[in-house]
Amino acid sequence: MAGKIVMYDEMTGSAEAGGAVRPPYAELSRWLDSVAPDLLDLRRREAEVVFRRIGITFAVYGDPEAQERLIPFDIIPRILAAEEWQLLHRGLEQRVIAINAYLKDIYGKRDIVRAGIVPEDLIFQNPLFRPEMNGQAVPHGLYVHIAGIDIVRVDPKTFYVLEDNVRTPSGVSYMLENREIMLRLFPELFSRYRIAPVENYPDELLDTLKSVASPSARGDPTVVLLTPGVANSAYYEHSFLADKLGIELVEGRDLTVRDDVVYMRTTEGLKRVDVIYRRIDDDFLDPLVFRSDSALGVPGLMSAYHAGNVTLANAVGTGIADDKAVYSYMPEIINFYLSEHPILNNVPTWRCREADHLKYVMDHMEELVVKEVHGSGGYGMLIGPQAEKASIATFRRKLKSAPHNFIAQPTLALSTCPTCTGNGLASRHVDLRPFVLSGRDGVRIVPGGLTRVALEDGSLIVNSSQGGGTKDTWVLDG
Amino acid sequence: MLSRTADNLYWLARYVERAEYLARILDTTLRLNTLPLSSGGASNEWESAVASAGCVNAFFGAYDDANEGTVTDFLAFSTKNPSSIRNCFEIARLNARAVRTALTTEMWDTINGIWLELRNWSKGASSREELARFLRWVMGSSLRYDGSAYRTMLRNDAYCFSRIGVYLERADNTARILDVKYHLLLPPAATVGGPLDYFQWASILRSVSALTSYHWVYRQNVKPWLVAELLMLKDEMPRSMASCYENLVENLDHIGNAYGRQGPAQRQARAVRARLMNSRIEEIFQSGLHEFIGTFIEDNNRLSSAVAAQYLM
Repeated sequence: MAGKIVMYDEMTGSAEAGGAVRPPYAELSRWLDSVAPDLLDLRRREAEVVFRRIGITFAVYGDPEAQERLIPFDIIPRILAAEEWQLLHRGLEQRVIAINAYLKDIYGKRDIVRAGIVPEDLIFQNPLFRPEMNGQAVPHGLYVHIAGIDIVRVDPKTFYVLEDNVRTPSGVSYMLENREIMLRLFPELFSRYRIAPVENYPDELLDTLKSVASPSARGDPTVVLLTPGVANSAYYEHSFLADKLGIELVEGRDLTVRDDVVYMRTTEGLKRVDVIYRRIDDDFLDPLVFRSDSALGVPGLMSAYHAGNVTLANAVGTGIADDKAVYSYMPEIINFYLSEHPILNNVPTWRCREADHLKYVMDHMEELVVKEVHGSGGYGMLIGPQAEKASIATFRRKLKSAPHNFIAQPTLALSTCPTCTGNGLASRHVDLRPFVLSGRDGVRIVPGGLTRVALEDGSLIVNSSQGGGTKDTWVLDG
Repeated sequence: MLSRTADNLYWLARYVERAEYLARILDTTLRLNTLPLSSGGASNEWESAVASAGCVNAFFGAYDDANEGTVTDFLAFSTKNPSSIRNCFEIARLNARAVRTALTTEMWDTINGIWLELRNWSKGASSREELARFLRWVMGSSLRYDGSAYRTMLRNDAYCFSRIGVYLERADNTARILDVKYHLLLPPAATVGGPLDYFQWASILRSVSALTSYHWVYRQNVKPWLVAELLMLKDEMPRSMASCYENLVENLDHIGNAYGRQGPAQRQARAVRARLMNSRIEEIFQSGLHEFIGTFIEDNNRLSSAVAAQYLM
């Protein structure tokens, strides 16, 4: 693909623009030029020490297998100008409002299916569709309270939504910890910028969760965070958030359901729970309804949920809004519910389920990225320009036998950012995951989000499971 | 607070306390074994160590013979003995990890540090000297942990549950050592040993770090009935049964007041405390030392069940 695609660097713009530093990065660039060469390396090592002590490895300090899960942190921030963020903010808000309207419709009247916009089988044959939710009201009609929307940038003007994560998106603890560590390591750099804070995220999240308590909750609603437990790879984030929110971190066995009301077992007896910020999948929530072998869930939880006595955040069954096949309909979904044009576009997507799209994809495999509809984490995909002939042939066979399982997209030149590498600063591809909160009183988004960076030279895969790292994300204030 | 959190804090404290007690038993047994038989160095000391640790059945399920090698391995390093010192620290850290956010940074650093240092002993101890060093490290670790909790924890219900774990375990340990050695403490008329039991008495005191305290309290030679009195009835002796129950009552009352509700655990603790306060050592000897201690161990178990039922489940 090299040579054909023009890389856009967020600091220096496109190569043909002459490499002049863009205004948001001007101070950073001056600062980088002024610091002693070994300072960055020193700070990088300091960051790692601090992370090991107070940060992400805290819960697993000293555990050899777990240490491998340490996600590398890059000390060069990714910077967005105020007007860039305003565009993103509006687009994210619009998108999440539409997703909530869509979920309410699918589990309700299904106007969008009847209007012939989203094909029926895409929903009802989707393994993440939950028939248990048909016709069930959820508190305040909200399904997705916490969304992580993955955004990529390809040029100065164009941001694309790459993926919607509306089940149990993770990563927000990195957003918060990254900022903390940057404030510690580079006070001098912060004094040159006015950067919108992110530290209020836990407060915004708690307000959001309390706002969606069911009307039957009395007084100040009790919110808990439900984790699968210490063995879960995101346990650190769960305990971190529970701590910041000042709520109990519960496991399934800490909860019990009596007369369709959820209680937690405390040293002072049973205490009613009104809102559950759950970080376990639908399948494991309630062994009486979903997987009966689940020891992580709470028997009777769904019955309490249906009785309207507890709020689950996010709601059950939101998976039908974030698979890759539904994704391709998102512009139509936004238009259908809001009568608006999408502010943030999708990456152009070919749905292999449609004959003419399939033909195009078959003819252009070498240029396209082909993705499995239910795949995630960067697995189950083919990057045409980088693929061997043999794997292209394999995917061609897969496509032929089950076209509905695949979508295809052009190979995007994700924007790059300067990043510390073994050989000094170099450009690496980045994406952005902002976290969008939806409560009874509207949508809140803390400015920025989690920037993920592909640390390998030329790599486009930013997922932490495949060697991605993270950066602090700065949204400049006005 | 969540019952599970309280449960984790309680067991964390109990297991650290138990590790220290096991180290003390091994330490005093090693010492007794250096004495010639004529000075009270009994040949079955290692069996008695196993009995004091409360794991006779488990031990003889794994070994035929109780000697220095088998007993130190079982009580200190074995991965198969669920209550070996190694496993006590392993379980303590698992409990700590499960309630990471309920601990202070200092407590976590300490217990995690102990767990990391434990790896230095993954092969056990190859010599007496190394074993002695290990036991000193265990006792020091327990002190470090206890200090980190005492100096940094908020004085709230979490702290009380952690202390209750310490004192229930400690009361059980002290009673157990008395239960195994009670015959040595009986008055001379009924004694099974002779004057040479002196070293045995001293070793009992040493195993609960009370030898010096004994001299400060009584200012006389070690006498068996005074040893019994010190370890059972003296409030000022921190490992005595009386002192443990003074603390248990205090911590349970604190919780009861904070929650605005008393329960079976408070009543049970007060009943035991009252009996210890109203007993005199002479009467205990008259009505039967062994029976008194046996009843105490049962009562202590009953209190741990009551605490569990009332708060931890």
